[in-house]
Amino acid sequence: MSEIIGYILICIGLAFDFFGVLGLVRLPDVYNRLQAATKCVTFGTAGILAGVFVMEGYSSMGLKPIICIIFILLTAPVSAHAIARAAHRAKIKLTDKTIVDKYEEDKELY
Amino acid sequence: MKLETKSRIAVFIISFIAYFVITQIGKFDWQELIVGIIISLITTIVTGDILIKTERKFKFSRILYTILYIFQLLWEIIKANIHVAYLVLHPKLPIKPGIVKIRTDLKKDSSLTMLANSITLTPGTLTIDVNKEEGVLYVHWIDIKSIDIDKATDIIGGRFEKTIKEIFE
Repeated sequence: MSEIIGYILICIGLAFDFFGVLGLVRLPDVYNRLQAATKCVTFGTAGILAGVFVMEGYSSMGLKPIICIIFILLTAPVSAHAIARAAHRAKIKLTDKTIVDKYEEDKELY
Repeated sequence: MKLETKSRIAVFIISFIAYFVITQIGKFDWQELIVGIIISLITTIVTGDILIKTERKFKFSRILYTILYIFQLLWEIIKANIHVAYLVLHPKLPIKPGIVKIRTDLKKDSSLTMLANSITLTPGTLTIDVNKEEGVLYVHWIDIKSIDIDKATDIIGGRFEKTIKEIFE
């Protein structure tokens, strides 16, 4: 039973990883791509790790994924934020569909 | 007890538990245990004083709010993923991106970090920068609903700000 649940979780994780990669290809600029990459890849990888945990149970191999999930949830948003800020400071243009850029207007702040 | 000592003890316990869970579950070995204690001590000496910065009293409601926050965050993460999947699979890419400004009342580094991380993991938003003095966050929004600062604050930050305030401040 736990094996079936584990496989289902791993499949869900893989599906969301796939959507994240698809977003990386289809969306227009750095910032939008980061959105897809951060959200879907975080959740997808967490799903795969949770599946491994369900299949292995409370053993030495089963608890490592839990630690990995905590670290991924804490660090992935930070790295995305760092990349986005660095991209904006390096004057990488936003896509043409962009409506507003308040960060550009307050540029004297940095 | 001094604050720095408390912080060092907390760091030691956390790093030792992390080491213990990674290496020791299922088998027990004195060598590994001693190496774990030595490594935790090194971690404590090098980075021990940065975990806790301000003193707070223990409150039971904080634990309840932490549990509430975890479930809230999980729900928002699932919604965010379905939202991105919808955007990516839609043939016309219905996006309306831009960078908006939102206000926040949070003052401490830890709570601002948690708010920024939560915003990044929730539907359609990605924190780009924080201005701590003015209490302003710059957020990239993939599907803008409002440019107005108050409305944007309500939609983006309002979900988490109250819970995080209860937990960290």
